[in-house]
Amino acid sequence: MTNPVSDVSGAGAILVTGSNPTENHPVIGYRIREAVRTGARLIVADPRRIPLVDVADVHLQFKPGTDIALFNGLAHVIIKEELEDKEYVENRTQGFKYLKQIVAKYTPEYVSAITGVPAKDIVTAARLFAQADSGAIVYCMGVTQHTCGTENVVALTNLSLLTGNLGKPHAGMNPLRGQNNVQGACDMGCLPNVFSGYQPVHSDRDTGTYWRRLTKERQLEQVGVGFIRPASPGETITSIEFNQPVPVDSVSDTIRAKFSRAWGVELSDVPGRTIAEMFHYFPHRRSRIMYIMGENPVLTSPQAELVREALEDMDFVVVQDIFLNETAQYADVVLPAASFAEKEGTFINTERRVQRIHRAIKPRGNSRPDWEILQELARRFGLNWNYSSPEDIWNEVRELTPHYFLGMTYERLEKEGGLQWPCPAIDHAGTPILHKGKFARGIGQFSTVEYRPQAADTSGGVTEEYPFILTTARKLYQYHTRTMTGKTDGLNYLLDEERMQINPRDVQALKLTPEDMVRVTSRRGSLETKIEITDCVPPGIVCMSFHFAEPRVNVITDPAVCNMSVASGVKVSAVRIEKI
Amino acid sequence: MDKVVLKLDDLEVMANKEDTILQAALDHGIYIPHLCYHPDLKPFGGCRLCVVEIEGRGLTISCKAPVEEGIAVRTEGPEIDKMRRVAAELLIVNHYSECLQCARNTDCKLQDIAAYIGIEEGRLQRLKRTARDLPLDDSNPFFIRDPNKCVLCGICVRTCEEINGVGAIDFAFRGLDTRISTLKDKPIVESRCESCGECVVRCPVGALVPQNMRKPEREVKSICPYCGTGCGIYLGIRGDKIVSARGDRDSVVNKGQLCVKGRFGYHFVNHPDRLTTPLIKRNGVFVEATWDEALDLVTAKFKEAQEKYGPEALAGLSSARVTNEENYLFQKLLRSLGTNSVDHCARL
Repeated sequence: MTNPVSDVSGAGAILVTGSNPTENHPVIGYRIREAVRTGARLIVADPRRIPLVDVADVHLQFKPGTDIALFNGLAHVIIKEELEDKEYVENRTQGFKYLKQIVAKYTPEYVSAITGVPAKDIVTAARLFAQADSGAIVYCMGVTQHTCGTENVVALTNLSLLTGNLGKPHAGMNPLRGQNNVQGACDMGCLPNVFSGYQPVHSDRDTGTYWRRLTKERQLEQVGVGFIRPASPGETITSIEFNQPVPVDSVSDTIRAKFSRAWGVELSDVPGRTIAEMFHYFPHRRSRIMYIMGENPVLTSPQAELVREALEDMDFVVVQDIFLNETAQYADVVLPAASFAEKEGTFINTERRVQRIHRAIKPRGNSRPDWEILQELARRFGLNWNYSSPEDIWNEVRELTPHYFLGMTYERLEKEGGLQWPCPAIDHAGTPILHKGKFARGIGQFSTVEYRPQAADTSGGVTEEYPFILTTARKLYQYHTRTMTGKTDGLNYLLDEERMQINPRDVQALKLTPEDMVRVTSRRGSLETKIEITDCVPPGIVCMSFHFAEPRVNVITDPAVCNMSVASGVKVSAVRIEKI
Repeated sequence: MDKVVLKLDDLEVMANKEDTILQAALDHGIYIPHLCYHPDLKPFGGCRLCVVEIEGRGLTISCKAPVEEGIAVRTEGPEIDKMRRVAAELLIVNHYSECLQCARNTDCKLQDIAAYIGIEEGRLQRLKRTARDLPLDDSNPFFIRDPNKCVLCGICVRTCEEINGVGAIDFAFRGLDTRISTLKDKPIVESRCESCGECVVRCPVGALVPQNMRKPEREVKSICPYCGTGCGIYLGIRGDKIVSARGDRDSVVNKGQLCVKGRFGYHFVNHPDRLTTPLIKRNGVFVEATWDEALDLVTAKFKEAQEKYGPEALAGLSSARVTNEENYLFQKLLRSLGTNSVDHCARL
């Protein structure tokens, strides 16, 4: 998030898209409802009628996968009615004229035809957002889990830039991170292209750039699994920014040298593989050994059967976890880890706040904190690791990642209730709001993106054979693959089985009754599920959660990836539904 | 912030201009009996217990009276005592008392009030309601609603509306039959209640209490292990078990608030299914092993595969659930072993 969570209260307008905060980030959901009660205008842009729609001024119920058309349409109205923040656009941004050109054709009528949203609602929403004193954009995986996920974010960011909402209170771009330390895992460099603090490992600064080059090089190869999207000419980003050469060769050399010196090892400059590449793409490039710490990809990865096959095919798999989850079944060795309540350390939340956790009880049985296990292993490989506590490790992070964390001692984190990065000095107060006065890159860049119809289910889209769009979500009473929530009886009592959401009109057309089971089939597989009849989803769209091992929705989701971020497009899959 | 000076009994105190007399008194450690006031909520003025006298003006309820420069406030006096005694007695006789069995025992606002005012048993007997005649609502697995103990302060109603914006409950029926109800008086689990427990935390008496509540022996500060909001929590510990979780009111992120998962979803930590020893798969079956056996095997296999296929044969998935320190070490280990193939679920 560019802004703190507390900033939501006091926003003039809030645009929530691809996010269902009252179920998935409930405390932020409370804040949004509170903001609405105290005068904020709320725009919900979501294919589903999420609970926040009850208090929204306008609901833009667009077809899944048409995000870019909708966001470009909002930009069109803002520019046409001259509602943009002219001073901000003039002083702090570049590329406005390109944006203006690109969005010229996205008239409310044109966008309405693509998205299914009434033209007048698009105009209303654009005015509400642009005319507010401050406009906060809140989004989540509903925006990013698409084959055009990065482009969706770019189109959304344009709205924030256009209305001068980046770098000021009660505004900003606010992705809500789904897990307690997903921000930290990224910030610590658990990504194939960067060390901690996003310091590049190799000269392709962006994994996507590398990925795109790789797919172009290999597009004539038979990749075996048959669902790779050919990189057709000119099909992706038309941005000026992205087409610029990225001159970071020397930077990455310097950074590798720094880490190499500090760690006392030689470091590879070969770009690493992303999660999608480890399992799905290029079987000949699949890893032979896998070390999986605290993840359950057998349930969470799209086209999950391939993940299972890949794991079975590997020479050796190590799983380190607190439970013997579905993925652990395919392990050769399972290492028992301590839970969050059994160790010291820090987490980073969605607003970039580093916060301390404390050991409340000792690790169960012979389990050990993950850091101790990692250190034991490192020593067995002859690495000279001598950490006596998580604080020792954190101090190394601070030293090697000074631009983000240098000022954040354990003592300060404890005393000041956490600090938001960047905090580059011991007397620095942290950074609640990013891009204040000046952008990290200097001047704000409008990047232009076009709506591409083929972005929805890349393996052929919605056809007569697969007439429904299946999207995925999470629910209030369970969490992810239930390894944690599934252990609380009360939560299981409140939600103990999967029911696919389906509109009453579709139920009627398919001649279903509430207790019927249906078979849902995509081009990748098939599953059987109960149904929940609800107008939360419009006709033609169905929604399942990925909480349950049975039925396992990710058996049928689309694993094709976004060319920029290499994230999978699981939010849109074309399916067929049959009564059993 | 603008300040004003006023007199509270014999003390001269300075208060924020926006404060009410009750807030100013509580901030200065002066107890005024109160029941329906809660610092997180807008003043309600329902219980009439916080009555005080502003000299020269007469009696008023302090939770709704703003402080003013120079006023003199009395919190004691025969008139005040008479008024709040009647109010308190009427509440107490309508409250089903079983203090020793009550989860709120020693932490009950009604007990505080009774202790402060002093209750005459004889007067109460004349009014005493006898039966616990209203049914309990234990439909929600996490908390019980006991209307027989409810004092109609409305804190739960206002919490659900003002804090959560859910509005699952409200006052229903009239006069002596008034009680807190869901829409159509259905069990709470069938209402739009989101089970967050915010009302349970704020209930001043035993009308809303957690199911199977066990008081912790000590509390440890931590961060909620679920979504990325990063709510501050206190884990309640008894022996080696987590028995409660509550929001950290000092956290700027959640200001003490939690959702159903954060407040009630801690059972996984002490669950019997937790892995407690390393396992090695032999002939398709997991067998318990020592740490040395497991780690030696991992080391040998990693080395073997890397010799056979090169360092790129190894890939690792780190976790959005472990600490920063552990994530940092994970990528450090893999990169030190010659591969940059480290990723995690952020890409999903």
